[in-house]
Order: sequence, then C-alpha cells, then structure tokens
Amino acid sequence: MQAAVLTNVTKLYGRFAALKSFSVTLEAGAVYLVLGENGAGKSTLLRLLAGLSLPTRGTLTVLDGPANRQQRRVAYMSHATMLYDELTAMENLTYYTKLRKSAGDCACMGSPEMALRAVGLDPHLNKPVSQYSQGMRQRVSLARVLSADPEMLLLDEPFSNLDVHSVAQMLDLLKDFRTWPLANGHPRTIVLTTHQAELAMPLADHVLRIQAGEFVSMEATQTA
Amino acid sequence: MNYLRTVWLHLEKELRLEFRSRDALMGMLFFTLLVVVVFSLAFDPTSQPTLARQIAGGLLWVGLLFASTTALNQSWSREMRNGVLDAQRMSPSPPSALFLGKALANFLFVTIVEVVLAPIFFIFFNLHILGQASMLLALLPLGTWAIVVNGTFFAALGLRARSRELLLPLILFPIALPALLAMISAATGILTGETEPQSGLRILGIYDTVYTTVSLLLFETILSAE
Repeated sequence: MQAAVLTNVTKLYGRFAALKSFSVTLEAGAVYLVLGENGAGKSTLLRLLAGLSLPTRGTLTVLDGPANRQQRRVAYMSHATMLYDELTAMENLTYYTKLRKSAGDCACMGSPEMALRAVGLDPHLNKPVSQYSQGMRQRVSLARVLSADPEMLLLDEPFSNLDVHSVAQMLDLLKDFRTWPLANGHPRTIVLTTHQAELAMPLADHVLRIQAGEFVSMEATQTA
Repeated sequence: MNYLRTVWLHLEKELRLEFRSRDALMGMLFFTLLVVVVFSLAFDPTSQPTLARQIAGGLLWVGLLFASTTALNQSWSREMRNGVLDAQRMSPSPPSALFLGKALANFLFVTIVEVVLAPIFFIFFNLHILGQASMLLALLPLGTWAIVVNGTFFAALGLRARSRELLLPLILFPIALPALLAMISAATGILTGETEPQSGLRILGIYDTVYTTVSLLLFETILSAE
C-alpha cells in the first residue's frame, strides 16, 4: 500500500521552481526523514502532501486520492504553530478536534486532554498560548496534530525549538504513535523534515534527500 | 444539523477571541463615537432639527460602514497569524461554515456598537422619530448584515494582499453602495416620516439574499487559493 505517489511533480512560485520534476513513492506505514538544505524544497513537498499547495505540473496522489481531499486522514504541523494566541492550549485543541469530528465518530477519538498530557503539558493550564515559551507552543502544536489521529502525519521541523530532552520525549511519542491502531486498520505514515538529522535518525525507516528542488536519493536506514 | 454545529463552533471561537482581545469592538466604538461627535459639532444639529433628521441616517450608516472595515480586516488577520488559516484549510469541516461563523460574529459586534451608539446619536443630534419607529427593528439587522456579509467576504478575498487594509474599502464601498443608499433612504424615511421605508427595506432584503448566497458559494474557492 502506498501513502503518496508523486510523478514528475513541479511546483512553481512565480518563476521560482521549488520542486522540479520530482518523482517519489512513499510506502504506507513507514517513517520518512526528508533532508536538504534551506530552500531545497522540503516544506514545499510537505505542503503538497498536505494538500495546501497544488502541483503546477505532474501528478500527486495521497492515500489513493487527491491530496486536497484527505483532510480527515492527514495532519500537518508546520513552522508556524497554527494556534490562536488568545486561547489556551486546551481551548485550541478542543476547537480543532470538534471541527474534525463528524456525527458518527467514536467519542474516544482524538482527546485533546490525552494529547496534551502525551506531550508533557498540563491540560488545565489556564494561560493563553501567547504566554507560552516557544518550546511549549511547539508541544501544543504537536498535540494538535496527534489529537487529529491521522493516518499520515506531516511534520515540518518539529524539533526546532526544543531542548535535547524534549526532543527525546517527542521521538518516543512518535514511536508510540506509529503503533496506535487506526479504525480502518491502515498503518500510519510519518514524513518529517529536520536539520537535526542525527536526532531523528533512530525513528526513520527511509531518508529522502532533496537538493535545489530535485530528488537526490532515497535510502533505507538500519532501523527499516 | 452537523453544519449548524460547525457554524456555532466557529462563532463561539470568534466570540471568545474578541472577548479576550476586544480589538474589533473597541476600535469600532471609538471610531463611530468620534464620527458622531465631530459631525454634531460641524452641523450643530440642535438648532436645525429638520436638517439633522434628514442627514442623520446617512451619517449613522456611513460611520458604521467605515468603522466596520477595521473590524472586518482584523477578524481575518487573526487567521493569518501563526498560520492558522492553513489549519482551517486542512479541516474537513465545510469552509462556508467558517465564513458564516465569522460573518455572524461580525454581525453581533456591529450590532453591539449600534446598541451603544444609538442613544448617544439620538442625544447628540436631538432626534425624534416622526415615522414608523418599529421599522428600525427590520432596518438595523438588514443593514448590518448587508455591511458584514460583503465585508467578511471581501476581507477574506484580500487576505493575502500586501495592502489589504486599503484593498477592503476600495472593493467594499462601491459594492455596498446600493445597500448603503437603501439603508439611508429607509433610515431617513423612518426619522422624518416623509417617505415610506418599505422600498428601502425590500432592496436590502434582496441585496442580503443575493450576496449571502454568492459569498457562501464562492468562499471555498477563496479559502483554497494559495
């Protein structure tokens, strides 16, 4: 089963090509670590997989369908926290979780409280997110995507504001996340970008290297 | 039912955000108060009550239209901060529910300003209603919705533009002109009792229906634009 298939995908922003004839197949149930220098096209790749951008040329399928029609199955954590500054962490997560829920969903799905506890935050902390440290906001942001209970998790620089101890906690959590069963029985796929490759390597099954918008290589790691 | 629940979720979030920041309400209130004070000094309405009744409707609606543009821009700026709009775009809920929740919140904010402003306006302009006062109950919601439904839509349209604060009035004011004329005509009719406000109210009803439908249908295209 394939999580995503990109065939000759080109993404242009004006005249700038962020991705050039990019082809790659991501298998479901694996963790992909995307590496590349700043401006290599890592974030563009994640935004395409998230359905937030459309390819200028080429074809892209995510979980066997169009990328921009997979909102229930894909969650994306970007550089920005995607949180309302004026709301508390719990209020932010409750809002997003309720938006994702539909009438027939299990009540146990995506508990904001559990997600916040999982990232080491107190769900009852009665402070707006604007008063949190960068690291805490990053954790809330991770809790937001975890509470979405996605089949495909896209993480853009998830460790950028965290200390080494917090990164280790987050990696353990992501390892656990892979094992959480999905209602449809499908395996979970994680695609993450980071500049701290040595920290994320134990989690990764494959390393995808990009340079100047072009595919360089895809290698299986020793954990695969 | 699920759709209404989603609209309520967005509305509740908007109210909570405004309750915490009070950006939109305070901005609108101070702006409209300034308009009332400045115009009451410029025209000396107490010595010319007939003239005051004839121009008061226009002043009130134009002041509210100008003031609401600040709030309308702010309501979308919140979605741009921290990339929240991307999270909204990735939400499986219907995009039009986000629009409707925001428009309803803006409607409530402008209505609160009207409720606070109306008595002050009547005192400063020494106004006495000579027409059908009950018609105000139809005019205020219809006129307010005409301003906020278009304003919310066009503020979203200019969201990614560099000078969006300037863009909104440039697009909104010409499009709101038929509604504005209908509001002014109906308000003047109610205040002076010289004309019937019904025709203005009918135009507003049609205007609101058309623009609400168009906005709901087109909002998904605007939200998904890169």
